Formats: sequence, structure tokens, C-alpha cells
Amino acid sequence: MTDTSIATGAGARVGGPVDWKSEAMNARRKARYAADRRLQAYGMVAIAFALGFLAILIATLSFTGISAFTQTMVRIDLDLSKAEIDRSKLMDANWRNIFREAALAELGEELPRPAERDYFSMYTSSAPFLIRDQVIADPKLLDGPATFVVPVSDPVDQLAKGLVQTDLPENQRRVNDRQIGYFKQLEASGAITQPFNWGLFFNSDSRFPELAGLAGAISGSFWLLLVCFLISFPVGIAAAIYLEEFAPKNRFTDLVEININNLAAVPSVVFGLLGLAVFLGWFGLPRSAPLVGGMVLALMTLPTIIIVTRAALTSVPSSIREAALGIGASKHEMIFHHVLPLAMPSIMTGTIIGLAQALGETAPLLLIGMNAFITSPPAGVLEASTALPTQIYIWADSPERGFVARTSAAILVLLGFLVIMNAIAIFLRQRFERRW
Amino acid sequence: MTGYLFGFLAIAAVVMAFAGHSRGRSAGGTATEKAHSRPIYHGLNAAIWTGIPAFVFLLLWLLFQNSVIDTLVMASYPGADALSGPERALLISEIRQVAAGNIFKEPTPEITAAVAHFHSLQSLASWAMVAVVAAIAAVGAFLGLRTIGSRYRARHSVERSVTWFMMFSSLVAILTTAGIVLSLVYEALQFFAKVPVTEFLFGLRWEPQIAIRADQVAGQGAFGMIPVLFGTIVISILAMIVAVPVGILSAIYLTEYAGERFRAVVKPLLEILAGIPTIVYGFFAVLTVAPLVRQIGLTLGIESSPNSALAAGGVMGIMIIPFISSLSDDAFAAVPRAMRDGSYALGATKGETIRKVLLPAALPGIVGGVLLALSRAVGETMIVVMAAGLIAKMTLNPFDAVTTVTVQIVTLLIGDSEFDNPKTLAAFALGLVLFVITLGLNLIALRTVRKYRERY
Repeated sequence: MTDTSIATGAGARVGGPVDWKSEAMNARRKARYAADRRLQAYGMVAIAFALGFLAILIATLSFTGISAFTQTMVRIDLDLSKAEIDRSKLMDANWRNIFREAALAELGEELPRPAERDYFSMYTSSAPFLIRDQVIADPKLLDGPATFVVPVSDPVDQLAKGLVQTDLPENQRRVNDRQIGYFKQLEASGAITQPFNWGLFFNSDSRFPELAGLAGAISGSFWLLLVCFLISFPVGIAAAIYLEEFAPKNRFTDLVEININNLAAVPSVVFGLLGLAVFLGWFGLPRSAPLVGGMVLALMTLPTIIIVTRAALTSVPSSIREAALGIGASKHEMIFHHVLPLAMPSIMTGTIIGLAQALGETAPLLLIGMNAFITSPPAGVLEASTALPTQIYIWADSPERGFVARTSAAILVLLGFLVIMNAIAIFLRQRFERRW
Repeated sequence: MTGYLFGFLAIAAVVMAFAGHSRGRSAGGTATEKAHSRPIYHGLNAAIWTGIPAFVFLLLWLLFQNSVIDTLVMASYPGADALSGPERALLISEIRQVAAGNIFKEPTPEITAAVAHFHSLQSLASWAMVAVVAAIAAVGAFLGLRTIGSRYRARHSVERSVTWFMMFSSLVAILTTAGIVLSLVYEALQFFAKVPVTEFLFGLRWEPQIAIRADQVAGQGAFGMIPVLFGTIVISILAMIVAVPVGILSAIYLTEYAGERFRAVVKPLLEILAGIPTIVYGFFAVLTVAPLVRQIGLTLGIESSPNSALAAGGVMGIMIIPFISSLSDDAFAAVPRAMRDGSYALGATKGETIRKVLLPAALPGIVGGVLLALSRAVGETMIVVMAAGLIAKMTLNPFDAVTTVTVQIVTLLIGDSEFDNPKTLAAFALGLVLFVITLGLNLIALRTVRKYRERY
């Protein structure tokens, strides 16, 4: 049907003029236009497929992740002035007992042993320590009645968010009928609240979903990107300037260029192997440290920055170079006083995009051990830590139901940071980039 | 301690920059003789002299301090010469653990002595480091300040230093490649000393779960990479089946049919697919796609596993779409306008022009792009680590689980990293294979693209 040579067909007399108005010619033309429209339709289907997938991806993650942005809490009224607490040894007081009595008072009834165990497993297992830490931070709470708010355990949190199918048989769900009863009682008394989950941002990792947060991962990622930036930015710009402005054209510089293009396409996991063998194995740097991760990410980001910088340098018009040289500037002065400042907006844009890529990079970090279980944020580049993507990996592997929502929430946080970084890059490009 | 030293060097350099600047200003030439360099260059020169040699020395010191101390401690440890490599490593790590205060059991007297020696060496080393670095900085500062004068060519000196830094920086790319190749080859050779090369390259069984201690129950261990490579190929092909038609068709639509505004909106949206971190795709594959694929497989009556090759490959294909789309886009854009116009002038429809003129002309560029995308699919890690299987199986059933080279590298190296274990070393051998494959694909792709560019 795409045959454009006019030789066959009922409407075409061989050797004579073609009757373009004939039935056959009309059909043929229609077929050709139909083929054209089909190709167009395939293209639209392809685009719709890709964009539809993107939409489903974002929608699924938002849908599963949104519930982790709130956390079900129980209010507990406690009069610590009546409790027997040695004020000089707050750490050693029997907080478990104090919490137990307060929690029972909240329910307003005495419970037999097995029921009591069911009831207490509705609170996060660290509830007594959360109260203790709050009291130690603010000893005035000891003087009179005070209100504490503690998270409920993961299954109850799921129940409160309506994610537990209560019509299932009791042994197939993680909250039993008794616990549902207690929960309704607490809810009726107004003790249950569901505030915004600040713990997601200010807590570190924990084995318990209701306490786990991203503080460690976010600060780990911050240190990673800092190290990555401090190494790759100056080195990348220096290398690009040398290759673009100073290097003689010979086989060695050709080799360097091929190398840079090639490095940009080396799989990230291979960079992880490099970090493991060289930085950890030969140099003996500490495992899981943001310093090592940042160095590996810097090597991965370097080609991006070099390529972007070279493009930015070539786009500065030669009249500016010649004017600088003409009034007596040295080559270095010409580059550092005139060309580089003019190229800087594009370089910054490219660097931020490169750093955004580095922020999402996971595989090399796994190989150098940044997937450890660490419960406090790192204070520096030599302390063991996780990063946002590796934290997502850890949580995705955890069996607790609550971690599914946390993982999606962590992904949303990561995507949020990426959106912010890219928005800054776009802003820089629109605002400062000059076109000649 | 080290952090303070770096801080001290930075502050010293800044102070010297100001000192050099003011001295350079006061030495600013006479009426008959103009100063060669502006004061700022004298300042920068003094700062470079103060900071850089000491900084480089400090880095080198830190790199080698640990291994030197280890060697010294081992040299004084009774009977250390008789130990084999892994036993030495174990002993060193035990001494380090005890020295750091992590005592699990009462250390033997030899270890206690070694720890004391370790501590004394370490404090000696840190004081020596401070002293030497400070001395180098002081000498540098003295020399940097002494040279200041109206005739001293400070600018040349600064520019020379900057040039050296730039040359070193451009070497970093080469050093990285060399580091990758050397570390992979070195560890892979150690692996091949334990497992024959032929067994690794042509073996049909991959069961790396070997016993670490003698009393553990585990398999014999088999390191034949063919099934792993097979799984990689299966998943990559599935990814390409998704990505190639969708990528090329969307590129055709965007370049030939779509209006300016549609293109301006849709192209960046497609690029978002490439900007999403791969771990997000991996989680999505596990959470949504894999159960769906399994359901479909079971409905069709095919043996299906929870980690199907189809889920991993399909999601990976989606990730690659923008890659192929934008490279095909470039290839279409590079076709000269005249060829298109000629086709239209003969009365061809848009579709006919695309199929008969544009596609053949852009084919080398598209093929190059597809090869680059294939190399990316082969090296992609997180999607398969999360969504593909761990057991190496030779199956063509896309609903079954297969494993890939990258999955094996990550699972072999996660957690422990004893460098003498064939399990760990096997990961480096696989890494070498991966590096060679992707390098080959990239070189072929770049060559194809370059050849094509010369045609018009």
C-alpha cells in the first residue's frame, strides 16, 4: 500500500495517462492516508503508554506513601508528682511501671493478664522511654499532671488508617478483636489523634516502623553530596578548562577525551567495586562513611561536569576572549576573569543536575556498606551512615507492613529533593544564562 | 585531630594570602620601575606556598599511615611471620577492634601488648603528623613571603600552579579508568587462582553459597557464569522489547507530527522518566508490577514466580524509553532537510517519508542509540536487585525468575567483605565481565554514530 509506482491497479491503463479520479486510485489514496494516520496513532499510543506509566508510578507511590505522613498517637495523662521517682536518678526510675499504670488508667478498667499483654502491644514498645526522654529534657513535667503523646504500634496505626480488613478471620490479621475493642474505646474517649508525622523527618532509623524516620538518611545524603560537590566541582571545571583551552591536540588528549565519554557510560555498580577495592581495600578508609560514598559519587559526576563545562566554555563568543587578550590580559586572566564567569550559570545548572543524579544513586553505596542499620544521624563525613536511596532499599526489604508506606513516603521525599534541585537548575538557566 | 589540621591549613593559607597581599602592596615598585605582579598575586602565591605542599603531604600521610602502623605492629607481634594472609588480616582487625574499645572476650597478653604498641604508635604518628605538616606550612609561608618584591613574577608562579592543578584534574578521568581496570583485574586474577578461568567462563552452574567455616553445611560452590549472563540477556532483551518501539515511535511522533507546544510539554515529561532514581523503579516493580505479572502468568496457566523476569525487564524498559527517544530524536534531526523535501515533492505522505526516507537515513544513529541503551540495561542494578531473582536459572519463560550479573555482584558483596573468599572475589570477576561488555557496546555504539555523522 506504500507502493508509489503507478503500474498496476484497475484504474491505471498501462502506457496511457492515469485516471486519478478512478475508484481504484481513490481507494489507493485512502489506503495511503490511512497508513499515515496509523503511524501517527502508533506514536500517540507510545507517548500515552510512557506518560501513563509515569502517572501510574507517581499515583501509586503517592497513594501508598500518603498514609505515612500522619502517625496515630495516643494521649496519656500522667501525674508524675504522685509517682515514686528519685529526681537525681531519672534514668533509673521504673518508667515501664509508670507507663503501664497510666495506660491502664487511660482505658479505665482493670485487665486480666493475657488481655493486658494485648493492650500494651498496641503501644510502641519504646513508649516508656519516650516518656522518660521527654521528662529528662523538661524536668518541670514532674511537678504536676502532664499530658504525653506516644505513637501506637504499627498494626494499630494501620487499623486507625483503615488499612486493616476487619472482616477477615481473626488469626489472619495482625490486630485481634480485643485490640480493636480497646482501640474503639480509646477513640471514643478522644485519646487517639493523628497528627502530621514529624518523626518521619526528625527520627533516625528504627526496627519499629512507627518510630523510624529519615533524619539519618537525609543528613547522610547531605554529607555525601557535600563531599561529592567539593571534589567534583573544582576538579571537573579545572579538567574542562585544561582540555578546552590549554591542552595540545595530540593522542594523549584524545585518549583523555575518549576516557571521559566512556566513564559517563560505565555502570554505576562498577564504580562501587572501584570504591570497595581502592578506597576501602587499599587505602583503608572507614566502611559506610559518607566520605567514601561522596568520593565514589564524585568520580561518577565528574564526566557530567566536565562535559557541561566544556560546552559552556565553547559557547562564550571569541570576541570576549580577544578583547581580554587585546587589552593585555594573560591567558589565565582571560579565562578566569572573563570566560569562566560568563560560563558559570550553565556550569552551575549542569552541576546541580549532576548532583541530583548522584543523590538518587544507590548501587555503589550498597557496595561500600551504606546500607547499615544506624540509629543516629552522622555528625561528620567519617561516621557510618545511610543515605536516602539506601534507606529506601533497607525499608523496602523490611517485612513490617508499616514500612511499605514509609518506603513510599521516603521515595516521595527523595523525589521532592530531586524536584527542588531541578527547579533550582531550571531557574538558574532561565534567569542567568546568556545566549549569544 | 585531622579535621582541625585541615582547618588550620585553610586558615593559615588565608592569613598568608592577606599578609602577602599587603606586603606586595608595600613593595609595589618605584617611580622608575613598575611592579611586575599586582599585590593579589603575591597574596595568592604566598597562600599556595603555605597551603598546598602541606595539604598534599597531609593527604599522602593519611593514605599510608594505617598500613605503616599495621606493618610495624605486626613486625613486633610474636610469631606473626608464620601467619598466612587471611590470618594476618584477622589478627589486625582484632587488634584494631580491641584498640577501639570493642572487647568481646578477654584479649590474650600478646594482643594486649600489641594494642599498647598500636596506641603508642598511633599517638606518635598523630603528633608527628601535626609537627611535620606545621613545619612544611611554616617553611612554605617563609619562602612565599620572602620572595615578594617588585621584580618577583608572582603572577607567573600562580598561573603555573593553576596549570598544574588543571593538568592533574584532567588526569583524574584516566586515573579512574585505570583504577577500575586495575582493581577489577587484580581481584579477578586472585579469583582465577582459586577457580579456573574456563570453569568461570563456560560453566553452566552458578551456586556461590559455599561454606565459610569448615563446620558449616553448604553447597560445594559452582562459579559458572553462563546462567547469570543468560539471565542478564533475557532481562535486557525484555527491556529492549518494551523500550525500542515505544522510544522510536514517540520520537517519530514528537519530531514529525506533534506541534511545537505539544512537544514543549511532552518532551520534558518524558525526560522525567530518565530522571527518576532506579531504586524508585525497583520498588514500584516489586510493589505493583510483579504481583500483576504473576497474576497474569497464573491466569494463563504458565509457571510464574513472584520475581519474574518480565516485571524487572518491563520496568527497566520503561526507564530506558526517554534514552532511546532522545537519541532517535537527534538522529532524525540530523537528516538533511533536502531529503525530506524531496520526498514530499514526489507526493509521498508524511508516513511514507518517515518510513522510506527518514528511518533508513537515521538508522545508524538509532542503532547507536539502541546499543547505548542496551549497555545501560545490562549495567542497570537496582531494578533487578529488587525485582529479579537470586537463583541462576536457564529459562526462557519470562514469568520465571532469573538472576543477572549486577544482582550477583550486589548480593555477593552486601554485608561481609573478606577479600580472600572466592565468593567476594567472584563479584569482581563478574564486575570485570560487566565492564568489558558495556565497554564493548559503548565503543561499537559510538563508532556507529560517528560513522553515520560523516555521511552527510
